[in-house]
Amino acid sequence: MNVLSLAYKNLKRKKIRTALTVMGVAIAVGVLVSLMGFDRGYQAALTRDIDKMGYQLLVTAKGCPYEAATMMLKGGGGLRYMEEDIVKHIESDTRVDKLTPQLVATEYDPDRLDGQGGFVMYMGISDSYRDLKPWVTFKAGTWFSSLNADEAIMGYEAAELEQRAVGDKIFIPNINKVLTVVGIFDRTGTQDDGVVFLPLQTAQTLFDLPGQLTGIGIKLKDIHTIGEFEEDLYNVPGIQVISMAQVRGTILNLVASARVMANSVALIAIFIALIGVINTILMSVFERTQEIGVMKAIGASRLDVFKLIWMETLIICAAAGIIGNVIALVGSGVVEIILRKVLPYAPSGSLVLITPQFLASAFLGAIVLGILSGIYPAWRAASMIPVEAIRRGE
Amino acid sequence: MADIIINAKKLTKTYRLFAEDVHAVNGIDFSIEQGEFVSIMGASGSGKTTLLDMIGCLDRISSGRLEVLGRDVTTLRETELVKVRRGNIGFIFQDFSLISSLTALENVELALYFARSLPKKNNAQKMLEKVGLGKRIRHLPRQLSGGEQQRVAIARALATEPRLLLADEPTGHLDSDRSQEIFDVFNTLNREDGLTIVVTTHNQKLGLQAGRAIFLQDGCIVSKERSNLFN
Repeated sequence: MNVLSLAYKNLKRKKIRTALTVMGVAIAVGVLVSLMGFDRGYQAALTRDIDKMGYQLLVTAKGCPYEAATMMLKGGGGLRYMEEDIVKHIESDTRVDKLTPQLVATEYDPDRLDGQGGFVMYMGISDSYRDLKPWVTFKAGTWFSSLNADEAIMGYEAAELEQRAVGDKIFIPNINKVLTVVGIFDRTGTQDDGVVFLPLQTAQTLFDLPGQLTGIGIKLKDIHTIGEFEEDLYNVPGIQVISMAQVRGTILNLVASARVMANSVALIAIFIALIGVINTILMSVFERTQEIGVMKAIGASRLDVFKLIWMETLIICAAAGIIGNVIALVGSGVVEIILRKVLPYAPSGSLVLITPQFLASAFLGAIVLGILSGIYPAWRAASMIPVEAIRRGE
Repeated sequence: MADIIINAKKLTKTYRLFAEDVHAVNGIDFSIEQGEFVSIMGASGSGKTTLLDMIGCLDRISSGRLEVLGRDVTTLRETELVKVRRGNIGFIFQDFSLISSLTALENVELALYFARSLPKKNNAQKMLEKVGLGKRIRHLPRQLSGGEQQRVAIARALATEPRLLLADEPTGHLDSDRSQEIFDVFNTLNREDGLTIVVTTHNQKLGLQAGRAIFLQDGCIVSKERSNLFN
């Protein structure tokens, strides 16, 4: 016989009430862990996506920088166009290490997704694409035979989705053009996986955009010159420069406001759970007034009674901490699906990253919650005068 | 002459009720020697339970002087009173007051735990056997009859090997046969173990089985012969 077993047996007396209280706290813990996981996961995924773009700066036609940044992350460029000549101008700058021009276009394909229809993203690229992204390898096939060939290289997921293999013919609706698949990229874990790549000149011809680009990705020799380089490009008319750090910051700022709101909701849930625990334990103390009086009569000190009631609260919150972690781990998949639907831009890879540190801190948080919420009921019980408690219960 | 285990001088307990002072126990003098079996009798409201609560250090006195087990408890606070009663005074209540979620054995062990007497853990089973419940130690209170529950309460009170056993209307919820059984247990404990026992009861037949009876009326001790108090 000890305080722990006595506390456990007391809680077992009112199983449903105890279970409901535990679940209230567990859900709050689960939501908080999921949100912390999302915060970490989203940042990591976004950073990974940006790092995998291979360039630090993106030059696009003037327009909304956020729209451009989002479109760029979704597939390579804003749907505003600029003259190809700008490439030569930038290329001549000695601070530039590598650059890659891109032309992005989308076409609606009514046969896509088993007849449901959907947009296909096409990206015109040049040989420099591979210079900036040396990690991109072929699952099958090879590079374009020339920059104006009627050929296509499919991203991993695009090929999977349409069940394409090297040598297949793909048809671009509206334009009525047939291209030959010459290669399929390996999975990169970025938005490039869902894109159909064309030789730059072929894309310009097909989409009737001769000499036009949607973006130029730039990698500098020295990252520290990025500030002055950006400044210089601001003076070039008709274009804007977006640094990838800026893109990351812009998107994270947008997500941050949503996160603050979600965290507030989680904190309110925890506060309500705290009130719930106090209420449950306090109710249990009042119901056991006589019992507490008898315990004191047979030798229990104020501290004994305090410890007993405190232990009951701790058991509830510790159990809730464990169950909450399980809820977070199991439910993170669901959270990810929901987030992908509501977020303006969802990076590839896992959006919710729950680390052992999060689980441990959530569990410790639940224990702290138990310590705090147990103080008042335990104090009430410990302060009972034995004779009054015994007689009140009769 | 045996040691005096309880000594009360002008012992008073006053409650404030609707702006008036009510003297539940009104300036009584008495003493109880070690090894005595004393019953406190009186009608409802005569102050029996209040007196027992003060003797058991469960309640503080309003005025007068009270010594329990050789210690002056007159001015002690609850934190000190608990040390006096812990392990030294065993309590039995009218409604048994067992913890419903614990088995008979655990209820008895709980008293040992709170009395810091866990080294005497074997006492729990021994006491249950002594009160005839050796085969029912794993039963929960709801699985026991009223008489059995009261015997568990007796075992709980005895497990810490107290010097003083206090029982407040221990037969109040029992029929006459079960009541007699409980008093038989008290008589045996007093006679064979020399345990000092103080019992409150309004049952004259049972109360008079004790070695001495103290009659209370309106918080005052009255003559022992006044058995018509119960009429």
